[in-house]
Amino acid sequence: MTTENAFIADFPILDQQVNGHRLVYLDNAATSQKPLVVIEAMDKYYKTINANVHRGVHTLGSLATDAYENARLAVSTFIGAHDEREIIFTRGTTESLNMVAHGYARQHVHAGDEIIITLMEHHSNLIPWQQVANATGATLTYLPLLDDGTISLEDVREMVTDRTKIIAMTQCSNVLGTINPIKEVAKIAHEHGAILVVDGAQSVPHMKVDVQELDCDFLAFSGHKMMGPTGIGVLYGKMEVLEKMEPVHYGGEMIETVELFQSTWKDIPYRFEGGTPIIAGAVGLHAAISYIESIGMNVIEEHDHRLTAYALEKLSAIEGLTIYGPQHDRGALVTFNVEGVHPHDVATVLDTEGIAIRAGHHCAQPLMRYLDVAATARASFYLFNTLQDIDILVDALQKTKEYFGYATR
Amino acid sequence: MQLDELYREVIMDHYMHPRNQGQIEGDALSIDLKNPTCGDEITLQLHVEDGVVQDVRFKGAGCSISMASASMMTEAVRGKSVEEAMKISDEFRKLMKGEEANEELLDDLEALSGVCRFPARIKCATLAWNALDKTVKNSEKGE
Repeated sequence: MTTENAFIADFPILDQQVNGHRLVYLDNAATSQKPLVVIEAMDKYYKTINANVHRGVHTLGSLATDAYENARLAVSTFIGAHDEREIIFTRGTTESLNMVAHGYARQHVHAGDEIIITLMEHHSNLIPWQQVANATGATLTYLPLLDDGTISLEDVREMVTDRTKIIAMTQCSNVLGTINPIKEVAKIAHEHGAILVVDGAQSVPHMKVDVQELDCDFLAFSGHKMMGPTGIGVLYGKMEVLEKMEPVHYGGEMIETVELFQSTWKDIPYRFEGGTPIIAGAVGLHAAISYIESIGMNVIEEHDHRLTAYALEKLSAIEGLTIYGPQHDRGALVTFNVEGVHPHDVATVLDTEGIAIRAGHHCAQPLMRYLDVAATARASFYLFNTLQDIDILVDALQKTKEYFGYATR
Repeated sequence: MQLDELYREVIMDHYMHPRNQGQIEGDALSIDLKNPTCGDEITLQLHVEDGVVQDVRFKGAGCSISMASASMMTEAVRGKSVEEAMKISDEFRKLMKGEEANEELLDDLEALSGVCRFPARIKCATLAWNALDKTVKNSEKGE
């Protein structure tokens, strides 16, 4: 099996041994590794132009402001936004979704209204809606999952009514890998006057996402899952919905005038970015986007598909291994359980072989309950992974089975 | 890191054949505890009379380390005074930190010493002991 992968050399962290073995990093759905260009871009920012943005009259202040605003422009182009003012920088997907829940939903959802989410949501796209429903008296309903871990548009059509104000849905499940039909759901939502909030944490890093084509109203995603730094994320909102959203972080940088008892806000998007923004993080995210664009999202997507299909094929052949989620059209991850071995024990055995996977409930407890498992193991891929990485995973899983088969005899 | 340092024979034996599993009929102190990061859970029941742990039972779901540790904990504290049980708990926590601990008090629990070299698994091993401590504390508060 070929180990040739031109991208590996771009990731300094991969050049190391973990527990005496070459590091095989298969936890990209939790956070991806960073190419040197991202690390260097942030390094260079701090070494050469660090200053606060939007206020300094001095030269560095202008350079830092340019760097920050260029990052906004890069994100805007990357996801096909109509206008870069529709891009709000946040700490990550969680903060983005909470901003929509607090700043938009709490203003526009009332008792008797409905919020619809799916059973496959990450806690960050579930708890904010629970809280909105509890505070406003709106009803929270869950779209059911079909046996293969997908949702049906018929169910969506049936459940959405004129009382539905918000549909919130992940574009790609962090557990099942399911890709949801966002464009179609947006159409149904809009026919009923509802808005669609999309959790793009797992999709934006791995596939071409065009917000105008999808016609979603909000899209939330994180920098660190797309080879950018931690601590920077994005909330995209259509200008017409952003105009109806209230700021949630009051303070510096977001005001126009402050009186003793009243204040007015800056224009969109600045009114949503209270406090000194995550400047170096935005610079790092910009570098990550440039890196992705230099390779081509289609190349990354094809690579991910090849790895995922190969992993599904190889893992399916292991006796006693259960794989969750659809067989086809899925994200770059495979969630599974080994019969008779708890996922924690699986992860520990793999770790001794230098393989990093995730074990646990993946911040999706309602989904785990639906699948009737306490926890699962998950391997997730990105462009620096190889078919050989998957072969190593498969061998180590066989070893795990043997070890526990022997140890528990 | 050697797997056998973690998964000692005595641990696997407790995992496969847990002791004191089930429920106490009648009066008992009871607690449900979850490890929120991983989903492991335990229900622990203690029947204390005259300051002595007369009976102790657990039910739970989790990995080999958490379930074996629970089983071994019940064996270690059954028949002991609450005070002694708390002493064992303290020593067990030292063991998990890789600190020197009282081998005599710990006895079989020494087998779990390898866990401290797998930092991600320490919370698995301590779940049942946290349940024990909380149950005792709750009962003291109630008195």
